[in-house]
Amino acid sequence: MNNDVMIGLEVHAQITYLRTKLFCGCSSNYRENPPNTNVCPVCLGLPGSLPVLNKAALEKAIALSLALNCKISDKLLFVRKHYFYPDLPKNYQISQYDRYGLTPIAVNGEVTIEVDNKVKTIRIRRINIEEDTGRIVYPERSVLGSKYALIDYNRAGVALLEIVTEPDFRSPREARVFLDKLGSILEHLEITDTSLEGALRADANVSVNGGSRIEIKNIGSPKDLEKALNYEIARQLNIIKSGGTIERETRHWIKEKGITVASRVKELEGEYRYFPDPDLPPIPISKGLIELISKSLPELPDSRARRIAKEYGVSDYVASVLVLHKKLCDHFEHSSKVCGNPKLISSLLVNDLLRWVDEAGIPLAVGINRLNTDRLCKLVHYFSNGLISIKLLKDYVRQVVLEDINPEELVSRGLTTIGEEEEIEKVVDDVFKENPKAVSDAIKDPKAINFLVGQVMRKTKGRADPKLVNEIIRRRLAEYGLK
Amino acid sequence: MLPPQCTQVASISIRTLRKRVAEDPDFLFSYIDEVYSVIEKYEHRLRAYITLRPKSEVVEEAERLLKSKEIGPLGGALVAIKDNISTKGIRTTCGSKMLESYVPPYDATVVSKIKESGGIIIGKTNMDEFAMGSTTENSAFYPTLNPWDYGRVPGGSSGGSAVAVAACEATVALGSDTGGSIRLPAAYTGTVGIKPTYGLVSRYGLIAYGSSLDQIGPIARYVEDAAVVLDVISGHDPRDSTSLRVRTGYFRDYVVDYPLKNYRVAVIEEMVSEGVDRGVMKVFSKLLEKLEGRGLTVEFKRMPLLQYSLPTYYIIAMAEASSNLARYDGLKYGVRLEVEGKLWTDVYRKARMLGFGDEVKRRILIGTYVLSEGLYEGYYLKAAKVRRLLYEEFTKLFKVYDLAISLTSPILPPRVGEVISDPIKLYSLDINTVPINLAGLPALSVPGGFVEGLPVGIQVFGPPLSEGYILNLARVIEVIRDE
Repeated sequence: MNNDVMIGLEVHAQITYLRTKLFCGCSSNYRENPPNTNVCPVCLGLPGSLPVLNKAALEKAIALSLALNCKISDKLLFVRKHYFYPDLPKNYQISQYDRYGLTPIAVNGEVTIEVDNKVKTIRIRRINIEEDTGRIVYPERSVLGSKYALIDYNRAGVALLEIVTEPDFRSPREARVFLDKLGSILEHLEITDTSLEGALRADANVSVNGGSRIEIKNIGSPKDLEKALNYEIARQLNIIKSGGTIERETRHWIKEKGITVASRVKELEGEYRYFPDPDLPPIPISKGLIELISKSLPELPDSRARRIAKEYGVSDYVASVLVLHKKLCDHFEHSSKVCGNPKLISSLLVNDLLRWVDEAGIPLAVGINRLNTDRLCKLVHYFSNGLISIKLLKDYVRQVVLEDINPEELVSRGLTTIGEEEEIEKVVDDVFKENPKAVSDAIKDPKAINFLVGQVMRKTKGRADPKLVNEIIRRRLAEYGLK
Repeated sequence: MLPPQCTQVASISIRTLRKRVAEDPDFLFSYIDEVYSVIEKYEHRLRAYITLRPKSEVVEEAERLLKSKEIGPLGGALVAIKDNISTKGIRTTCGSKMLESYVPPYDATVVSKIKESGGIIIGKTNMDEFAMGSTTENSAFYPTLNPWDYGRVPGGSSGGSAVAVAACEATVALGSDTGGSIRLPAAYTGTVGIKPTYGLVSRYGLIAYGSSLDQIGPIARYVEDAAVVLDVISGHDPRDSTSLRVRTGYFRDYVVDYPLKNYRVAVIEEMVSEGVDRGVMKVFSKLLEKLEGRGLTVEFKRMPLLQYSLPTYYIIAMAEASSNLARYDGLKYGVRLEVEGKLWTDVYRKARMLGFGDEVKRRILIGTYVLSEGLYEGYYLKAAKVRRLLYEEFTKLFKVYDLAISLTSPILPPRVGEVISDPIKLYSLDINTVPINLAGLPALSVPGGFVEGLPVGIQVFGPPLSEGYILNLARVIEVIRDE
């Protein structure tokens, strides 16, 4: 992208690994409950109820602040952010703020990302701890055409970490790579299970050629972030090209249609009437606590990638892809230890598993479950014993991932490599008879041999070992040539 | 010191009630009969209650209590609860149309404690809407009248609680005090009212007005009863983050007829100079003489900073109120409106227009204003600074003096309608009580004598957690005032 693009992100990560919500004892796993059953006086904001901080949330926030190299505040201060909206039970959100002598949990961090072999530093402006809102459900899926809306408060009060970056991204790709990495960090810190619907959400601010800032809300994944930004930048460039100007506004990403649309309601800027929440006195954050958390931080994606490349002998690239998904990486390490051959395993996971779950829209966790260590070991074993070719191995992986089939079953269907030379020789003879012209071409020009190999592979439905096929054809050609 | 509505049996203390019930359990039923007959006779004039429980329900609870192993420190006392304190299954209106039909699904911590200690809830008392007012004329339902003179107000906002106790329609009551709402009605009805140290009594279940100022406290006919109730309701509550971790339960032991030490008592000149009724001042001076006669040191001190306490108080209280009252939108409880096919903004607007009275709207507007972008620093932040200074002034004062004493109100109870139409005059009634809330100090109002047949309240206050000494001095005043 040659145009001058500036992108900043506001990421909301639910602390899904907490047992309870941020200020009450309700479960933070609201996804399986019938509407409005995972609620209590506190998260419903009933008159007289009071919030009490879930201290584990503070520890998670400190861990993230450390991982993002932030400066951590010496006290935890909560503010009330006021706006009227039906998904907000108290009509204010308990959040944090950075003015009037107030401070969020952490500020001034940085994260490095690597895009096109270039390392770039993204500055983190601040991290907030705040409570999630309820969910508005429209009977017609959208506000348009719906006569009423339903509200489910099961999500209200779930702990959120808001991570705000400086506008340091110059392309949608950079933004996506950052969000991928942030997701992986959140996974490694056991803060967010990013595979859960709505657990990692992003709002993006984007401006083109120094124009007005447009905020895009409602982006649910790194992939969608890149798509939404690409769409939005193209849209803005089109307007500019046709002589229009960009007005500052808030737009929503409509995933199903792949477009952004202007918000129907003008959002109020700046009139949130922030003030310290009198129900939550400041909590000191001691150096000792920070040190303790710092010491018990788990291995983070960057150092894990370095270790994996060294320990398993995989390429830096493969290692960097593996660590993007904590579960995938755990699976890789476990399976490599159990069945050896880490290079092959990493290739099957990075090149095949990821491809098929992505194409079929299967959650990665399900893909990993299907291609579990046991099955992976069996497949690797078949391959190294020469029972199946690399081509067949990859094909088996596809079927295991997409159809949840046991490798034994695939083998029992007879789809193994044709080991018997005679069998291949018979097929080669058939092919030679059917393609006399190709045979004479191949005798003159060794490059033309590939056509014959292809024909044999087709006839054997890919089951033959290509190396062996090649060898037999050359032998036969030599014999023909002598004749 | 009892008004004409009281009978000998209806006016007994908790101690006497427990003694009589221990001798003869059936006495509890005679006592209930007696209190209900007072109610039958006078309640239609006084209108202390918003919701009175049927006698049959109260008798049933008494039967249950008598069967239990322990009758508890309250010994079957009939406790009236201000209608902004949540009672499970009993309508809690906050004196507002907004919550006219609201039935809380949970008990406030203080209510649970009352029930566990042998108290029987007799009803919910009238109050200024959302505790905003100083006369109880501001109830959305009807005003409560002063049992000493039906032409006068009982003070507010806990006017219903004070009148129920004064007129022997209850044994004791709970009120709430944000800027004087327990002490002012106690003074105007000749009862004893305590505003405890901020954080001594849990606010969980108290419908918030000014969260950083609100405290629940007892209203009683006798100092000893007030101490007994304070022992029951105080103590750390994990559900209230502003609750103090201190030992309580010893207050009753401080209620003895002689001073436990030779207190040095400060009289703050600003609290007993301007606008003081001459008769009221006479009562006060006489009382000071008697105290000195008991060996106490009484000294006059100046505290010029007090001139800022009213504006400081109203800025903070209204700012917090505008935030606390944001949740009343008619969606989840309270005012119910037709919603289908309507914009939520229109529903909210209508609910708040119909549900709130004028004084509530005034305070929400002013509170919203002082928290607005650009005004916050000049109002709220400045008020917060003055508040801090005030606290420091009091801290200095109480390095030298054990306690302080003043008039609770500079004037006798106003006539009905006299101040309600003039907000400035109305707000000035709190001149001596609001500094206490701003500094988070404990204070008590005890009757110090009569002028023209109307009670005069004396305010005793001290450093944080000095309730024991305050109760002791109040008991001494109770003893010497009639000498």
